[in-house]
Amino acid sequence: MPVTRGFFGKKRPQRPDRLPPGQYDAGSSWPTLTAEATPRLDVETWTMTVDGLVGRPHTWTWRDVQALPASAYVGDIHCVTTWSKFDMTFRGVSVDTLLEAAMPLPEARFVMAHSTTGYTTNLPLDDVTGGKAWVVWEVDGKPLTRDHGGPVRLLVPHLYFWKSAKWITRLELMERDRPGFWEQNGYHDRGDPWLEQRYQGDP
Amino acid sequence: MTAPTGDWTTGTIIELDHPTDRLVRLRLHVDDRVDHLPGQHYVVRLRAPDGYTAQRSYSIASDPDDPLLELMVECLPGGEVSGHLHDVAEVGDVLELRGPIGGWFVWEGDVPAICVAGGSGVVPIVAMARYARRLGLQDRLRVVVVARTWEELPYAAELQRYGAFIALTRENLTDRVAAPPYHDELAPYLDGVERAYVCGSVGFASYATRLLEESGIPADTIRVEQFGESG
Repeated sequence: MPVTRGFFGKKRPQRPDRLPPGQYDAGSSWPTLTAEATPRLDVETWTMTVDGLVGRPHTWTWRDVQALPASAYVGDIHCVTTWSKFDMTFRGVSVDTLLEAAMPLPEARFVMAHSTTGYTTNLPLDDVTGGKAWVVWEVDGKPLTRDHGGPVRLLVPHLYFWKSAKWITRLELMERDRPGFWEQNGYHDRGDPWLEQRYQGDP
Repeated sequence: MTAPTGDWTTGTIIELDHPTDRLVRLRLHVDDRVDHLPGQHYVVRLRAPDGYTAQRSYSIASDPDDPLLELMVECLPGGEVSGHLHDVAEVGDVLELRGPIGGWFVWEGDVPAICVAGGSGVVPIVAMARYARRLGLQDRLRVVVVARTWEELPYAAELQRYGAFIALTRENLTDRVAAPPYHDELAPYLDGVERAYVCGSVGFASYATRLLEESGIPADTIRVEQFGESG
């Protein structure tokens, strides 16, 4: 690809190693992006379900998930729209804890995350197990606000942030991969920011 | 729905002008161009001599029928990509492009729709309006746009010619006093609408979706495209 005439880019001697290719540091701002009207979610009626290829489909109420062993993520997040945000703290429950209760069947290899809005996103099961994914309701010590997916969202911080479905309500375990909302619309099935897997067809 | 998705390619700037001091309009010849649908966007990637790159997404303003690809870019403070396009880019420059991208915020003329756009959020709506006009589908696309001033509204004259309702919030427009659109101003555009498109800043998108919901548009028929602090 050609060098752009006259383009030298921002001063970047300090470009941190933790910034994936093509990303910039959003600093203290946290941009929001949504494709749908932001819903008002009532925690009294919200439930979290793990089903599909599991031995024991399971549904938790808000109180149920709050009573599970707490787990936190401290680190960075990366959005496909090219911002990254460093040193965030999210609190919630590990997806491992939910899966443990539901007992995935051996043939389960992928998961579809469903939001209350109908939004979906697909992920390899390996990307939400082993301490890599959470269902969270708190960020930097405060309840997650509606525009950031509050009261509760999925968090898969090692993948682009559209995989971290806002207003999560269900994880459906599947044998075969199936494209979710953005994935049907040209975005990558896995979305690893370090490999720049932004769009379908990227490595 | 399967929207076309294009791979990385290059494009040459054929025309470039500054409709206002904060906007730059680029018209590009795109190599191996994949036809887009109204509402889709392109990624523009700039490459420095040392291989450093910066990329941003910009909505397409042109009708799919247009031989050139038109982008209208708002220059943001400190914007690395928009600043380059605004201050440095000139006719004849070759840019890395990827597109079209996005299959959600598109309108193919299949359903009656209302668009509510703010400021430079009008760009994808302009593509839809141009497409509607070419195919004689104007009745199916109602456009409501909001801007602070006439000067700050890209494509203001063209949108007015197409019959868009224009609400300015910081200056009067003929006999309309400066204000955001009122519910009763929106109402005549909502008859028979089956889908709504909202495009603008984060703040505008949340305002416009609320306005539509309060006017009886079901939330699950509203498609949102928003942009934030990403220069």
